Amino acid sequence: MSEHALIQARDLHKYYTIKTGMFRPNQSLQALSGASFDLYAGQTLAVVGESGCGKSTLARLLTLIEQPTAGQLSLDGIDLASANEKEVSKKLRHTIQMVFQDPFGSLNPRQKVGDILQEPLIINTDLNANQRRDRVLELMRRVGLLDEHIHRYPHMFSGGQRQRIAIARALILKPKIVVLDEPVSALDVSIQAQVLNLLIELQQELGLAYVFISHDLSVVRHIADQVLVMYLGKPVEQGLSEAVFNNPQHPYTQALLSATPQANTDRKRERIRLTGELPSPLNPPSGCSFHPRCQNATAQCKIIAPVMEQHGDVSVACLLVK
Amino acid sequence: MALLEITNLTVEFATAHGSLRAVDQVSLSLDAGDIVAIVGESGSGKSVAMLALMGLLPWTATITADQMSFDGKDLLTMNPKQRRAIIGKDISMIFQEPMTSLNPCFNVEYQISEVLAQHFGGRRRSYKHRVIELLEKVGIPAPETRLKAYPHQLSGGMSQRVMIAMMIACEPKLLIADEPTTALDVTIQAQILELLVELQKANGMALVLITHDMAVVAETADRVVVQYAGQQVEQRSVTELFNNPRHPYTQALLSALPEYAKEKTLNAIPGVVPGQLDRPVGCLFNPRCEHAQDLCRQQPPERSEGILCHYPLPLKSALNAASTSHTEVIT
Repeated sequence: MSEHALIQARDLHKYYTIKTGMFRPNQSLQALSGASFDLYAGQTLAVVGESGCGKSTLARLLTLIEQPTAGQLSLDGIDLASANEKEVSKKLRHTIQMVFQDPFGSLNPRQKVGDILQEPLIINTDLNANQRRDRVLELMRRVGLLDEHIHRYPHMFSGGQRQRIAIARALILKPKIVVLDEPVSALDVSIQAQVLNLLIELQQELGLAYVFISHDLSVVRHIADQVLVMYLGKPVEQGLSEAVFNNPQHPYTQALLSATPQANTDRKRERIRLTGELPSPLNPPSGCSFHPRCQNATAQCKIIAPVMEQHGDVSVACLLVK
Repeated sequence: MALLEITNLTVEFATAHGSLRAVDQVSLSLDAGDIVAIVGESGSGKSVAMLALMGLLPWTATITADQMSFDGKDLLTMNPKQRRAIIGKDISMIFQEPMTSLNPCFNVEYQISEVLAQHFGGRRRSYKHRVIELLEKVGIPAPETRLKAYPHQLSGGMSQRVMIAMMIACEPKLLIADEPTTALDVTIQAQILELLVELQKANGMALVLITHDMAVVAETADRVVVQYAGQQVEQRSVTELFNNPRHPYTQALLSALPEYAKEKTLNAIPGVVPGQLDRPVGCLFNPRCEHAQDLCRQQPPERSEGILCHYPLPLKSALNAASTSHTEVIT
């Protein structure tokens, strides 16, 4: 583990302004409020939650696609607020890269694999054509593609192979951090295992830090060191993976875990029923945002919004966890 | 007599590169009240087999079967009009993408009452109360307010509930759910699966669940059919299959799950499902199978005890006694 954290996030917020009409005041949508974490080299932070809980917003902030509204974010020791534009694009874009969910949508169908992989090098480095080609081939072999694939188009590949191309593209600038946005959810089980193995090997070999966004808890349990559970833009539970999975504290984490089906026929479990769906983030419930779906909710939960507090190994945002 | 009886169903598509056999000699027998899951990777012909049953395949498909009968009626010789009277009424199907399977131009009430008016006659409007009752049944809160909602105003879970309401409107005897929860969040997935099983119990209908998620199978189904490249490789009861998979493909599928991993590296199955042009000789699974031998590479296997394999894995009860001899066979 290196001495300084590759990602240091403190109380990150992101609000979007929604125009509601010409004469009506604009509304603000809290896509993310109050995410804090440290991520070190060689470690994996998993971000879990239902769709609409702010996972992808967090990914957009980390990959510098968008600026946080409030809070402090430093990548590889550079504080983003103090860094100027040039420094950001020169240094940080090398440092952090992303792999997207859908390998059918994230690769340009009109470019050959070689061109897809070279493009980051053309934009960000001074390498000549031969050097670029060597680097591309080296990485293609590393992710399990063959040399002759360099002249093929994305439609000639299966989903698993495409995801390998996407991973190679993310790694070509030798980043230190890779944000993986549901990298295996579009793949079949057997292919999913191949891609997960590749990701784990690459991490061990290159000392990468992963931010792994997923809603598949069995995959998260397997790959993550730390887990951050989010609900409606707010972190509700955070801690070491084992602690969170073995002893979930927050009722939402408990419900998520019990909703995840398990490939085990012996155990017929009593499922915690989550009724209803995620409320609209434009009109979040008062107090604890989980209270309308929480089976333990008390009158207090409707009034007081809980904050993250340390309980043993994990931090939890719940009034009832003592 | 079984509710649904399919023997040796084969579906071939005429393509530019010759004929493609998407479903190869699939048999399935279902009684009322059964829950059967069909699992397999994409391209294994799970959906195509069921679409053939529904008669929803395009004209390029050639469907042959020794027998395909539903509730005593022969589906093979039936004319389209007779088939339409059954489809949607006695057999109905829920599709994977709830967002795209609803018609965006019509509201919820219109789409559900259309099914009822089609099969039971009368005017659509006269079914308003029935529609409210159905929406209530599938767990949509305040159904009266949702009647006039259009699909884009509903979330994924809601749309899937509307789809289910539409499909159970005529109280079908057989419901086919094609990956009903793949596009949904885990919490919503749990709700939908619970709802399907509840409805299945209440109406005593048979349920066919097509999925690639082994965990979903373990929690809902009674019987499992494992399909690979169009062929049924194993058909067993769910507890037997999970505790003692007999076909190497089933075993490989199960051990590729992160839950079963004992170490950081997962037991991935190398390679991919064969396509139209690279079908192997002999057993279709042999290039990816860790137990494959010469015989597997030359001759397609025969089915015995519901398992399509030359060298099925041993039964667990006989495992201890036979473990030594079996390792000899493998090595």
